Amino acid sequence: MTEGAGLAIAFRHEVPGFTAAIDLAAPTPGTLAVFGPSGCGKTTLAAVVAGLLRPASGRVVLDGTVLFDSATGTCLPPERRRIGMVFQSPNLFPHLTVAGNLRYGQRRAGGDDAGFDEVVALLGLEPLLARRPRTLSGGERQRVAIGRALLSQPRLLVMDEPLSSLDGPRKDEILPYLARLKQVLRLPILYITHDLAEVARLADWLALMEAGRVRAVGPLGEIAVRGDLPLALRDDAGAMLAARVLEHDAARQLTTLAAGAARLLVPLLAAAPGTMVRLRVPAREVILATDAPRGISVHNVIATTIRAITEDPPRRATLVALDAGGVGLLARVTPDAVARLGLAPGAAVLALVKSMAIEVFST
Amino acid sequence: MLVGFALARGRFAGRFLLDAVVNLPLVLPPVVIGWLLLLLLGRHGPLGAWLYAAFGLRLAFTTAGASLACGAMIFPQMVRACRQGLDAVDRGLEQAARTLGAGPLDCFFSITLPLAAPGVLVAAIAGYVAALGEFGAVITFAANIPGETQTLPLAIFSALQMPGGETLAARLAMVSVALALAGLGLSEWAERRLGRRLGLR
Repeated sequence: MTEGAGLAIAFRHEVPGFTAAIDLAAPTPGTLAVFGPSGCGKTTLAAVVAGLLRPASGRVVLDGTVLFDSATGTCLPPERRRIGMVFQSPNLFPHLTVAGNLRYGQRRAGGDDAGFDEVVALLGLEPLLARRPRTLSGGERQRVAIGRALLSQPRLLVMDEPLSSLDGPRKDEILPYLARLKQVLRLPILYITHDLAEVARLADWLALMEAGRVRAVGPLGEIAVRGDLPLALRDDAGAMLAARVLEHDAARQLTTLAAGAARLLVPLLAAAPGTMVRLRVPAREVILATDAPRGISVHNVIATTIRAITEDPPRRATLVALDAGGVGLLARVTPDAVARLGLAPGAAVLALVKSMAIEVFST
Repeated sequence: MLVGFALARGRFAGRFLLDAVVNLPLVLPPVVIGWLLLLLLGRHGPLGAWLYAAFGLRLAFTTAGASLACGAMIFPQMVRACRQGLDAVDRGLEQAARTLGAGPLDCFFSITLPLAAPGVLVAAIAGYVAALGEFGAVITFAANIPGETQTLPLAIFSALQMPGGETLAARLAMVSVALALAGLGLSEWAERRLGRRLGLR
């Protein structure tokens, strides 16, 4: 990627028994999710970007500003990078109140109080301001940590598995705040996680990591449906899309969504027309047909072109990546079905998706 | 404090040597420490002669000398306590402070020091109480001059040397016990109070 707007991270770092050799780039603003199993080097990546770890060699550039460059010996200290960090544990300062924590970074970023009330409102922190961190619940602590990072006026927000220390209900408590934050602030976010549900709800770009390397990086919709990548081999493989609410049909109890050129019908949503939602279309729920079916309950019959066909031998299945008007879909079918229908890359095929099978995350 | 921080966080040449010198009084007999001080700081010692020539300062066999001997004996304890206080501060908090725009010094004064304070204060109180009980190093370096360099245990020892001095010794021993208990109580109280104020407990 050329310099200018965008985040480019390339570095090499060795510790005994582990080598991280990272090279990835993504546009800004937007949310770049880094997804991979534990121990694949995700936290090393976060530490290098934040300036908490100096790698052996490499170059890190954010929107034209060189944060680290081993060739010129440049290495900005963390306090001069303006990168807001949200760690796995909230790391709140125990000797300060919530308000004191929130203002810690704000004061050091230049002092003016603008944005304080906005961030407090955005994260619902008003009732917590006078309290000490130890009296807060896990979810509340993490919200304060996010607010504290936002108020330091960062140019990039790095979140290193911010929800992994929370249980299910607490996660669901925070996720809407994150989604809202993403929409309200045009702030680039580097979001590190090993939870695919968080990726589906938040990511615009996705980097897949494996054993210290970046296996693939690209727009979420593209990466999720590539049959040659590990995501497609998961049980819960499927397309991950952003869609806009077009209209509601209260009488039929249906909502029409637009994802690229494709139209999808889902059970009636509460979201107002025009709002963005996130979708997951599980690969095992997609049916392929060469002729339009008649007398069938399925609402969504989408004209697609086959991009690629790959095998999934452990499941005795075949993965068919589809292009539905610029939007990627993935279907997991039997090899026999592929043979019977004579499917091949480039061929036109209809994708049938039950309305009930589409997972909708309102943001 | 400084030495404690250097040993807790520093990575420098001679770190091991500094650590060893600091801990010497723990493993050497106090009399040896007193004698080493005497060699170094006595009127004819290299440092003592210079101090006397430059400032007219005499340390051996004076009250200041007794304090110095006590200080040398409790130094390792104090350094160790400061070090533990600093080690107990979560590095994650310091990293968070750095990413929030605090430079290394700012981070030390706004995060590390306030959080290490309870441990350091408790160490100071315990150290003071322990210093009151110093015997070997004081008697060697500063002698046993009543009203000048006589510490409590020295006074008790002197009393026991005198015929019929048991009553005096018993009284002094009681003072000693009272001081020790008061010191321990004070440090406990200070730790609780500071801990609460810092939101640690």
